[in-house]
Amino acid sequence: MTEFINVGKRIPKSDAQEKVTGKAIYIQDLKIPGMLWGKILYSHHPHARILNIDTSEAEKLPGVKAVLTGYNIPTIKFGFYKDNTPLKSNKVCSYRDEVAAVAAIDPDIAEEAINLIKVEYELLPPVFDPEEAMKEGAPLIHEDHLGGKEKKPTNILNIPWKLVAGDVEEGRKNSDYVAENRFKVTWVTHCCMGTSGCIAQFDPRDNLTIYSNTQIPSLAQRDFTEALSAMGLQGKKVRLIKATIGGAFGSKLDTYPYEYIAILLAHRTRKPVKIIFSREEEFFATSPRQAAIIDIAQGCKKDGTLTFRDVRMVLDNGAYTSWGATTPSVMMMPISSLYKVPHVRYVAKCVYTNNTYSQAFRGYGNPQATFAIESQIDSLAEMAGIDPLDFRLRNANTPGEVTPQRFKVGTCGLRECIDAVAQRLDWRQNRGKRDGRGVGMASLIHVGGGARVYKSDGCGTIIKVDDFGTVNVITGATDMGQGADTVIAQIVAEELGVRIQDVVVTHTDTDICPWDVGAHASRTTFVAGNSAKMAAKKVKEQLLEVASRSLGEVPENLEIRDRMVFSKIDPEKKSPLGKVLRAAHYTTGGKMVMAEYFYDPPNENLDKEFKGNLSVTYAYGTHGVEVEVDKTTGQVNILKYIAAHDVGRAVNPMLLEGQVYGGAAMGIGYALMEQLVLNNGKVINPDFRDYKILTASDIPTIEAITIETDDPFGPFGAKGIGEPGLVPTAPAIANAIYDAIGVRIKDLPITPEKILAALKGKDSK
Amino acid sequence: MKQTVQFKLNGESIQIEVEPHLSLLQVIREKLELTGTKEGCGMGECGACTVLVDGKAINSCLFPILEVEGKSVTTIEGLIEADGTLHPLQRSFVENGAVQCGFCTPGMVLSAKALLDQHPKPTEKQIRLAISGNLCRCTGYIQIIRAIQAASEQ
Repeated sequence: MTEFINVGKRIPKSDAQEKVTGKAIYIQDLKIPGMLWGKILYSHHPHARILNIDTSEAEKLPGVKAVLTGYNIPTIKFGFYKDNTPLKSNKVCSYRDEVAAVAAIDPDIAEEAINLIKVEYELLPPVFDPEEAMKEGAPLIHEDHLGGKEKKPTNILNIPWKLVAGDVEEGRKNSDYVAENRFKVTWVTHCCMGTSGCIAQFDPRDNLTIYSNTQIPSLAQRDFTEALSAMGLQGKKVRLIKATIGGAFGSKLDTYPYEYIAILLAHRTRKPVKIIFSREEEFFATSPRQAAIIDIAQGCKKDGTLTFRDVRMVLDNGAYTSWGATTPSVMMMPISSLYKVPHVRYVAKCVYTNNTYSQAFRGYGNPQATFAIESQIDSLAEMAGIDPLDFRLRNANTPGEVTPQRFKVGTCGLRECIDAVAQRLDWRQNRGKRDGRGVGMASLIHVGGGARVYKSDGCGTIIKVDDFGTVNVITGATDMGQGADTVIAQIVAEELGVRIQDVVVTHTDTDICPWDVGAHASRTTFVAGNSAKMAAKKVKEQLLEVASRSLGEVPENLEIRDRMVFSKIDPEKKSPLGKVLRAAHYTTGGKMVMAEYFYDPPNENLDKEFKGNLSVTYAYGTHGVEVEVDKTTGQVNILKYIAAHDVGRAVNPMLLEGQVYGGAAMGIGYALMEQLVLNNGKVINPDFRDYKILTASDIPTIEAITIETDDPFGPFGAKGIGEPGLVPTAPAIANAIYDAIGVRIKDLPITPEKILAALKGKDSK
Repeated sequence: MKQTVQFKLNGESIQIEVEPHLSLLQVIREKLELTGTKEGCGMGECGACTVLVDGKAINSCLFPILEVEGKSVTTIEGLIEADGTLHPLQRSFVENGAVQCGFCTPGMVLSAKALLDQHPKPTEKQIRLAISGNLCRCTGYIQIIRAIQAASEQ
């Protein structure tokens, strides 16, 4: 095996020193001279007609510079379905609807002004249950939204998610055992420690600079450019600058009303306008993981061979449409391709309700679908009288397989992951005792080489080398704490033969950085990494070409290491890298060493039937848990947590483990305690007192096991690992609870109350 | 009506005029422009605003500014040495992968410092307890706990 110098090393995150010293600048910390503060007035009702908005008192308040409503701004439509607007006119469809906005000289005055705005509403009947909202005669969230064959008003979105492969009825007929269940998953939210915010500023020529937290700089730039056009500012430019991002996890994969409001306020006042969310706003006015009702059936033969999988889902879309409505495209992945299953059907409907609208959240639908699939796999194994471990091994994916969705399985370490977890849990010893202690496992498949969601799945890199041998890597990628900055630096350092400390990664400014589709689908290490690696290869060729002239040696015989270029055959021929660069610059007819590369992986768009090889490689993993359940309190105590992942190659094992630990911690929260509670559409727990996330006292010891399958397409063999860490967590825990006490909880989170109620029901039987 | 308050900030005596209703966090971040201390919730629930007052870790968002009169306040900016050397805890956080998005980091480091100043060789349980008021959404705390352990072993 090749010996690497930078790849595979536990190199600290590039900006860790800035962060431990408090020097990193987040959006909260940014100030621009003359800056105003924006504040938003939200709806007081889940569904109501706006009769009148009186802003006169707010406008009179000293220090207020602008008051906007849906009635005094241009029409801007945005979102995946173009059904959202920055400020609502005519009617409000949820409690988080933006009704008015203020810009003032300080945040207190802005807040006071918001409280002076009077809105008259006429209440409309609301609907909060997506199954109710689907019925004929249900209140319509958007009256002009037509659907179905007759083009009638409906709350069901015109996104017909349907995947059919094989014949599930045939599969069902050939099954010896069939399990059928309904699972429910609810809203959970990202809880980024840094709340949302932005600063919008126009130059005298009406070009916009927006300081943002986004994960999608290039796509957000396009969204805002469209908004400028709607404002009558056609042809004007948008520059997007990212501050240090205080956590994202998918929350920043779209553009939001507050950003458009900041832009509108900045344009109206001709001053920079900053909007920062309070923690309460972060809870109720950002978009959570979607709630879903999942009806699932799976069958198997006597020997445990899976025969079919049939899934129907209703997703609560909320009142507007973000990328949450497209999560079924990712749910299809585990439904069609987690384990070998010959016949598959999946139908999903996204339904408007008067609830908060949902969005991307780490895993992008995969955790919801995997919770249902993997919980039920255990039920099916039990029906067949087979150890769930053997059941999984029998059906595990293998290299060379083509799945019903036409995914081509390349490297696949799923069996190794299952084996590793079983071994670490001492599975055969500890399983099946029903003595209050139990073990459970669940696996995952996720895209490992990006995913062609858009026409392009590309990322650009520019690399230049300065007079002193410093390598500037300018990437389209986004670092939001996950370590893209560091991993890209390691890949470039490895490819070029330079020291990691000589590589500087810039990723924050759309005026400088090349195009990228965004930090989604666990794609950055793979796509941005490959892009950087190939740009580095080109730069190296140029460097060696330049050095060959000054050293009188053919490029093929030259190598770079430790800031020196040297001949592999004649040790006398060597020169410091900086000197080679200076020679190239200070020469008549000189040369600049710089290269670019745009890498777009050979991933396929899904076709009309939602089939195709979405990703050139897939990531696999298995989580295993040992729990102890207190039957008197319903409390679940995690005794052991094993997370095994096929990562292709760990470019930076320390950062990779951080992704796994952090993912598993989020997953444990998803399984056991997290829930955004909506009472008639209103978030009633918008704070950390009532929305519990794990603390340092709660977190169990997590053991991360890395299975390296050295993927031929990955940069130095790597696959994506950002999302997988939380995908199988909830079903692994649910399965362990079942093993411990014999009750199966099918709706998340698995709270002590639900466990006690289930135990009571079991006893009464 | 502004009032004068005198206290030690990162070893230096300061005297400033402030509106008495302000929190220590507001004064640190907005008047003194030390933005290393973060506001994550403003309600004492997340710990991002943790600073040390007379060596004890407190939520500065809840701490009335007048209460610091005559006391000694340490923020994250006060940990680094004059020559730029990182505090051993800061170095340990860097080296152990305890930092991802970094928003919780300053508060986390200061809670850890308060612990180690009092218990130089804490148990894992003591470490977990000491930082249980500091929420982190990125790391799952594992590498933070390790970083504090490693720093305590130096």
